[in-house]
Amino acid sequence: MSSATPSAPDPDAGLLSRTKAIPAIGPVLVLLAFCLVFAITNPRFLAPHNLSIILQQTIVVGTLAIGQTLVILTAGIDLAVGAVCVLGTIVAGKLVNLGYDPMLSMLFAVILCTLSGLVAGALVSRLDLPPFIVTLGTLGILTAALRLISKGGAFPVQDDFLGLTGNTFRVGSFVLTYGVLAMLLLYAVVWYLLNETRWGRHVYAIGNNPEAARLVGIPVRLHLLQVYALAGLIYGITAWLALGRIPNADPNALQTANLDSITAVVIGGTSLFGGRGGLVGTLIGALIVGVLRNGLTLAGIDPLWQDLVTGILVIVAVAFDQLSRRRR
Amino acid sequence: MSTLTATPETRGADPGRNVLEARNLVKSYGHVVALDGVDFELRAGEILAVVGDNGAGKSTLIKTLTGAVVPDSGEILLDGQPVHFKGPLDARHRGIEAVYQDLAVAPALDIPSNLFLGRELLSLGLLGSVFRRLDKRRMREEAERAMAELKFRLPSIASRVENLSGGQRQGVAVARAAVFARKLVIMDEPTAALGVRETGQVLELIRNIRDRGLPVVLISHNMPNVFELADRIFIMRLGRRAAVVSPKTHTMADVVAIMTGAVKVEAG
Ligand SMILES: Nc1ncnc2c1ncn2[C@@H]1O[C@H](COP(=O)(O)OP(=O)(O)OP(=O)(O)O)[C@@H](O)[C@H]1O
Ligand SMILES: [Mg+2]
Repeated sequence: MSSATPSAPDPDAGLLSRTKAIPAIGPVLVLLAFCLVFAITNPRFLAPHNLSIILQQTIVVGTLAIGQTLVILTAGIDLAVGAVCVLGTIVAGKLVNLGYDPMLSMLFAVILCTLSGLVAGALVSRLDLPPFIVTLGTLGILTAALRLISKGGAFPVQDDFLGLTGNTFRVGSFVLTYGVLAMLLLYAVVWYLLNETRWGRHVYAIGNNPEAARLVGIPVRLHLLQVYALAGLIYGITAWLALGRIPNADPNALQTANLDSITAVVIGGTSLFGGRGGLVGTLIGALIVGVLRNGLTLAGIDPLWQDLVTGILVIVAVAFDQLSRRRR
Repeated sequence: MSTLTATPETRGADPGRNVLEARNLVKSYGHVVALDGVDFELRAGEILAVVGDNGAGKSTLIKTLTGAVVPDSGEILLDGQPVHFKGPLDARHRGIEAVYQDLAVAPALDIPSNLFLGRELLSLGLLGSVFRRLDKRRMREEAERAMAELKFRLPSIASRVENLSGGQRQGVAVARAAVFARKLVIMDEPTAALGVRETGQVLELIRNIRDRGLPVVLISHNMPNVFELADRIFIMRLGRRAAVVSPKTHTMADVVAIMTGAVKVEAG
């Protein structure tokens, strides 16, 4: 896959800037390094069974990170990724448990998630509110509302359609789920949008220099609205994938989705300052987060320590971004 | 829509004809009268410099011509036809392009992407019409041709704009305007953020644009640049047109005197 913003290697450029020409090379090296460490310390890590599990464990965060990438590319941030996705699982689960048609229930939940993105986008683009505050508010509102709706507790969702993406198939000795395929398909579609279409080019331009984008006639506000709505749609689809992973609607689920999705995006090389990076890096970044959590779990390390390590990772990645920005 | 190679409509037209004309433009901001009944005309094939003290109304004048500001009263004629711009897009659709002081480029995008920003070319056939696919190759080729035509040298057309010098970056913004303008190009202090050598590059580019047949309106505070480049000099003072002079008949001192009000000129 080519980079979104191809740059010719300058003849006098050092190694660092030359590796920048291939955007995902850094994240790939990090991924390989983690894999190497875990493979050496635990022979079970590289077993096909475990690799399949890593992929499946990456589905939810990996798919949420697609929406997160879109928002961050516009120089925004989305702190409601997990909450919107949980909204989807609870609404779909509740409706199905009440006896409504599963497909319509899921569709309704996805539409609701899209609307939530649309509202956030409207607040950001029309009222010029900081994305940080808008999505933080959304997080608070949704978290509370969902606990109220579900009376605080999780409930099982036993339905063939809602659980569909958890069905498995074999590729050699690997066991994959349809959820993995759906995630990869979403990556491919949004990658195409970002890299091969006018719409994607304008996302980069807005993240880079919104004033320049406005001056050349790009409808910046409308475009931002579309970005947030698309992100919401993606979180809604993720809700379906999440129900395929775990047939349970839990208002307290996905507590680390913000940390994990933002880490995936920035470690994948997308700049928090907007306009730079892309989805190839994010996919690698999501795998890095997945490998890290899986490897630490195999080593018997408490999930709280995993959060701690992920926290360090995101700060290191942002520090790199900041330093390379200063050099520009 | 290969706009790049299109000849400016103004080329070859009888010199001296007014491409753009404005009559009695008035614009106030509250109590501040930024434009106090300004007449303006831009002739085919010329570089018209607009000079004046800070706050004289230069930017406001130019903004009314690019649609960025709607005047309170007065009329604007393009090729003799009255026009009413409601926004920059209106003016752009009529063939007027603008360049601003701040570098209006997207630094992380490459040169063709910046040149075609907002007007990207799509692939031919279904790929373009259904899948909305960008034709990156055609944009690169057209960008290369445009830069060659404007005799503007760049390291590599695939460079990200952030890897260019300030002069080259502004060159990209100027080239973008030149490439898409069919009637005229307006520039508001395009070299204000640039060093001496970089300014030279951009001035050279502006001259090449004029030589291709596009008239240029250039706001500048830099008198030597103005005298080096301009065919006529439009002098503003306190929201009014103080005079229009030729650099051949007037000196820099004359122009500064008119600008500051030390010398009064009867309707220039
Ligand atoms: N958006 C605005 N709101 C209020 N007043 C304005 C606005 N734009 C311009 N003015 C005022 O109108 C007058 C003319 O401003 P203008 O920007 O046209 O001057 P200028 O000749 O371009 O000056 P400079 O050389 O500093 O760029 C000034 O007094 C300015 O303060
Ligand atoms: Mg000004």
